[in-house]
Amino acid sequence: MAGTAVRGRLTWQVATVGEVIDETPTVRTIELDVPDWAGHRAGQHLDVRLTAEDGYVAERSYSIASAPGEQVAITVQRIADGEVSPYLTTELRRGDQLELRGPVGGYFVWDAGGAVSPLVLVAGGSGIVPLRSILRHRQRSSSMVPARLLYSARSLPEVIYHDELGGYGAVAVTCTLTRRQPPGWAGHAGRVTPAMLAEVAWPTRQDPLAFVCGPTSFTEYAADGLVALGYPPHRVKTERFGGTGGP
Amino acid sequence: MDALDARALDGNAIAGLLHEVFGTEMTPAIGTCASCGATGPLAECVVYLRAPGTVVRCRRCTGLLIVIVRVREMNCVDLRGLAALATG
Repeated sequence: MAGTAVRGRLTWQVATVGEVIDETPTVRTIELDVPDWAGHRAGQHLDVRLTAEDGYVAERSYSIASAPGEQVAITVQRIADGEVSPYLTTELRRGDQLELRGPVGGYFVWDAGGAVSPLVLVAGGSGIVPLRSILRHRQRSSSMVPARLLYSARSLPEVIYHDELGGYGAVAVTCTLTRRQPPGWAGHAGRVTPAMLAEVAWPTRQDPLAFVCGPTSFTEYAADGLVALGYPPHRVKTERFGGTGGP
Repeated sequence: MDALDARALDGNAIAGLLHEVFGTEMTPAIGTCASCGATGPLAECVVYLRAPGTVVRCRRCTGLLIVIVRVREMNCVDLRGLAALATG
């Protein structure tokens, strides 16, 4: 069976890097041409595997940034002492090859088909990535599901997908900048507060569904805040990518 | 939050590893903690990647649920912390 993909089996395959887009000084979107891609759901991940010349292997899981049906893409934040992200965000070039497997994940996912519950999306830093997939999927499928986004970033230059965040139609986008605000900034300042969550949270009688993604401490705080507003815990889906720093 | 918690991820981060071990998507599967009886999706469990091996803990009582250690090309899986594991 060597070399034969077994249906349902998760196998490593080689993808080719397509367009590379600098989103912020430390964040890059990498489009990937994956020959044997089964298609993904909004919010899913893929695993990347790097093998050093001495045989040392490092694997990392990245949220898929593109919507179902779009070219596969990941958005990667450079972590200064990281093993994988510095390579992905500084060394990798169009045409390079990258070993990956996926898509994986079946919990932090949203399917437009049949969805009626209003969406509350809360992102801290690069936690915006899977939510961007959800927002693009919602838009591409002409979903009428109401959606609101609360996005916490350190400063305006660190807002990922800045130029497309205003372009999701009727989606209300609320942004808070935790460290620095430009002159005349009309959005929120400082970390997410219960008041900010209350501003974006749909009333519980509408049976809303929340997706919260960000650094671990941010995610805990925002998810607890939604539960305090009356959201049942199982209607608040969370995804933590570790770390106490950041928004 | 202490230094250990800062490294904590959740079950979403090991979707690929769980798929490799179980042969199917496991993050929505409902686990029951053998220590405290709490139930919930594996996606919501506390996960540490940098322990020796991958460690999955109960979000309510921090009891050990799953340990996966890769020895050469083989995954050694300890599920004794789970009283039950139900896939949808």
